[in-house]
Amino acid sequence: MSAPQTIDTRGLSCPQPVLLFLQAVKANPDGVFAVIVDNEASRENVSRAARTRGFLVDPRDMDDGLCRLEIHK
Amino acid sequence: MKTGANPFAATGGIIFVGLALGALAVFLQLQGNPGNMGICVACFNRDIAGALGLHRAPIVQYLRPEILGMGLGAFAAALFSGEFRSRGGSAPFIRFLLGMIAAIGALVFLGCPWRVVMRLAGGDGNALFGFAGLVCGIGIGVVFFRQGFSLGRSQKQNVIAGLALPLALLGLLALAVTHPPLPGQPANGSVFTSVSGPGAARAPLYISLVAGLVVGFLAQRSRFCTMGAIRDVILFRQWHLALGLLAMLGMALALNVVFGGFKPGFAGQPIAHTESLWNFLGMVTAGLAFALAGGCPGRQLFMAGEGDNDAAVFVAGLLIGAAFAHNFGMASSGAGIGPNGAAAAVGGLVVCLIIGFFNCKRGVQ
Repeated sequence: MSAPQTIDTRGLSCPQPVLLFLQAVKANPDGVFAVIVDNEASRENVSRAARTRGFLVDPRDMDDGLCRLEIHK
Repeated sequence: MKTGANPFAATGGIIFVGLALGALAVFLQLQGNPGNMGICVACFNRDIAGALGLHRAPIVQYLRPEILGMGLGAFAAALFSGEFRSRGGSAPFIRFLLGMIAAIGALVFLGCPWRVVMRLAGGDGNALFGFAGLVCGIGIGVVFFRQGFSLGRSQKQNVIAGLALPLALLGLLALAVTHPPLPGQPANGSVFTSVSGPGAARAPLYISLVAGLVVGFLAQRSRFCTMGAIRDVILFRQWHLALGLLAMLGMALALNVVFGGFKPGFAGQPIAHTESLWNFLGMVTAGLAFALAGGCPGRQLFMAGEGDNDAAVFVAGLLIGAAFAHNFGMASSGAGIGPNGAAAAVGGLVVCLIIGFFNCKRGVQ
């Protein structure tokens, strides 16, 4: 597995986290992504968008209330 | 961040919440709230503005406990789930302006998106134009999002910043409880209350409060958002939130049919006018303002309860915008649009387009 493309969505509000993730997927449809989210709604939205496009989502809790979503096919 | 499963965020959860909100809204109408207005965040903020003396339209003044309950219910849900998080600092005055414009546009139509649903569920054909306007306004917002629109990142804030709005709501709740409407009296102390008109149509205080708390709790857990429902379908072909909106409409419609509240037609609908162009354009303006700010009025209230200062600023804008709408002849009534309603809807739209245009960039840094 190649190094993941990191997408930092901290401080961004709906729908930008999902948009940034989908832009990255468009550029690299079979890529590996690490999306950093700072709230539950973004975590759910990005995970939902990824799963409906056939990705697997592996959430990893980080310090300071952050979560890193490891996303791959 | 807690990463436990949240059943309300699943498909079944959002549908359940939509059904519950539709049922609660009709229940509040049966308990005395205005027709086709079981819960309307724009109208009820306008009533609160009147109760506090921010405008002097005597028929729309009441310290609506639903709004206070909705914010506090979301606050409780956020505390309960460990999701309360103080944040803010993303273009506050722009968000305040968007809140004002959203309220003004919504009051040209006479309702926020929640009331679009309730008016449709009551058979008000004029709401079809409002719904079409809402979709168009959000559609314009989607064009900006595709061009990289962003109001910038928020920052973590001190906990007291996030507590400010919930505490203000608690203060207003204390005012509502200690200054209830007096029969036939236009005020109780400094708190104004309508003796006729929509502001005098009200469910009992504690029923309204409990219903608001339940709505706030459920909506915070499920992220229910009427603007997001439409935006996500246009932007991502994602129907998750839309299922909640459709469930709310379906439940309200079914209960209205059962309880005799479904009266299809255009003329003579409760608290509605038949000027289709302005029903449409008012909601284009409001829809774009909601989209740029990232949530419908309800969702902004719930996010403010979660500690989001940017959303709290939008809510403050709603309150002041609603007051301005009445003070400057921009709000409509059952008789038609106000003397400055057309200029307000178009002017608000222009301001939103400028905000959208100047905050676009390819890719958010």
